[in-house]
Amino acid sequence: MMRRLTPYVSVLGFALYGAMAYAGPPVDGALEKQATNWHAIVMFCLFVAMTMGITYWASSRTKSAADFYTAGGGITGFQNGMAIAGDYMSAATLLGLTAMVYGQGFDGYLYMLSFFAGWPVILFLMAERLRNLGRFTFSDITAFRLDQGKVRTMAALSSLVVVCFYLIAQMVGAGQLIKLLFGLDYTIAIFGVGILMMVYVTFGGMAATTWVQIIKAGMLLTGGTLTMLLAFSQFGFSFHELMERATNVHKLGLKLMTPGGLLADPVNAISLGLGLMFGTAGLPHILMRFFTVNNAKEARKSVLYASGIVAYFFNVILLMGLCAILIVGQSPDFFEGGTVGGKLVGGGNMVAMHLAKAVGGNMLLGFMAAVAFATILAVVSGLALAGASAISHDLYARVIKKGKASDSSEIRVSKIATIALGFVAIFLGILFEKQNVAFMVGLAFGVAAAANFPVLILSMYWKGLTTRGALFAGYGGLVSAVLFVVLSKAVWVDVFGFKAAIFPYSQPALFAMPVAFLLAFIFSKSDSSVRARSEIEAFEDQYVRSQTGFGSASAASH
Amino acid sequence: MSSLMYEKMRANPKFQQLVKTRGRYAWTLSIVVLGLFYGFVLMVAFQPAVLGRAVGEGSMLTVGVAAELFLFILFWVLSALYVRRANTEFDELTEEIVKQASREIK
Repeated sequence: MMRRLTPYVSVLGFALYGAMAYAGPPVDGALEKQATNWHAIVMFCLFVAMTMGITYWASSRTKSAADFYTAGGGITGFQNGMAIAGDYMSAATLLGLTAMVYGQGFDGYLYMLSFFAGWPVILFLMAERLRNLGRFTFSDITAFRLDQGKVRTMAALSSLVVVCFYLIAQMVGAGQLIKLLFGLDYTIAIFGVGILMMVYVTFGGMAATTWVQIIKAGMLLTGGTLTMLLAFSQFGFSFHELMERATNVHKLGLKLMTPGGLLADPVNAISLGLGLMFGTAGLPHILMRFFTVNNAKEARKSVLYASGIVAYFFNVILLMGLCAILIVGQSPDFFEGGTVGGKLVGGGNMVAMHLAKAVGGNMLLGFMAAVAFATILAVVSGLALAGASAISHDLYARVIKKGKASDSSEIRVSKIATIALGFVAIFLGILFEKQNVAFMVGLAFGVAAAANFPVLILSMYWKGLTTRGALFAGYGGLVSAVLFVVLSKAVWVDVFGFKAAIFPYSQPALFAMPVAFLLAFIFSKSDSSVRARSEIEAFEDQYVRSQTGFGSASAASH
Repeated sequence: MSSLMYEKMRANPKFQQLVKTRGRYAWTLSIVVLGLFYGFVLMVAFQPAVLGRAVGEGSMLTVGVAAELFLFILFWVLSALYVRRANTEFDELTEEIVKQASREIK
């Protein structure tokens, strides 16, 4: 079972953050800076010019706090669906997953299915209630009938933890990728990403961020589809012929489309599935997107469009990866020293880029590189906005000012918070340049699944949840998710250099989530305070509102 | 004011009907998705060889890949079914409930 070598530990980081861990070189610092790629830079400048124009337009329309956080709720279901897909598919999706299919065939496809399967469940069980109860952030929902100060502080803290871990992973990935694709210096790349992100978010708020996501999703779909069609045409659009030839040359042979090592261990498999599924349902920047539409109807439509786009694109990636086995994998041009089967130029991540160059020349390569940069920028902006709203809406307006902050001061705080987060991101990006940060994404998903998700779902579904239970669940989930990741191989062995991992699995979800649910149950049930009783009583009204949408944010403001 | 509205709505038998039908529909679909997905994951863990077989003699398509493509499509179709029913039947019912309650209060 040589394929058991598949690094379980970095499995999450792999696809999400760009396979830096899998490919190795970028984090080892062995990555060569490439020649400056002018096609890519020109196309990227076009993208920046267009999005700046939109930001300028959006800034004139961003006046109230609602405009800033949710674009005034005026995004349509289709637009929001594109934006969610844009938020969800990072540069790593394009690069890491294509590389995974190229290297491991079936396992790459399986991974994509795991990434997709959470969406229908979010639609069936959460979308409507999220929209009906929330206003700007998901803490609006968890704190709906519980203690505003304490529960919001807890939710805002775990949001910020998720945002920060995710930002580090994205920033370091961005720096490496831009160095590789554009031939720019790492530090310049980091500053570029950080500053552009600050401009989008501070001036244009949610409206600009949403349009950056939409344009980027459109570019990603166009570029990916074009590359796939050009590549697939070389096999006469015949899956049979493609597979016959690919299995002939691939080192796995006929095993290419058989399950390999990825999910061979059922415990890890289920933990990974849970982490991806419920982590997605606990990511603050994804949850925030549910509040940008007018009502539950549009919220449902957005998930439907988003999941359709994601599912389509994953299948495009499958074909791209398989075509690349022949087109890239058999061409000496793409290997260092021209030895087919050796080390790919630029590292294992570059399969999609090489494929674009092979089938569409420098123009298509430039376009795809610009897409990758745009993608990073869009994801980072979404994260910054989510982090900034946790600070300004939850901590400043609700906890410190107890709901008495004026709109303008709240917006001012969120702009300051965005700029602060931008500098934090730049600083951390530079600090972690040479570190293996793949575990950061695992951590972000782990905390989202174990700290955010349980409290969120219980607050919507379980009448008996009290402030005490929510606090124990939130902090308990946070601590146990972090602890499990620290004790796992990714940190304990790879970062701290200990011999063996104390926690044998890569994904904390299967273990940390039950901890959170259990704590919520025990400390809610044993809570016999007067406040707890009134919180339980308040569930009735919340329940009717969550089901009917009566009294929800947009209905009130329109 | 809105508390009174919620009370009226809760008392409406149509509300109970809405909650029950929509809840049952949403949970059934969720269980189908979760069951098939985790079932597939367990197949991968325990019966990988079955998934590696070709779907037919001389075919290059394996059972595993065909099943995954099927799941991608099925999950999306189930989502579409839910959205269609929720956005028409359930939303109309919701609207009636809200209207009735506000009429009663006036």
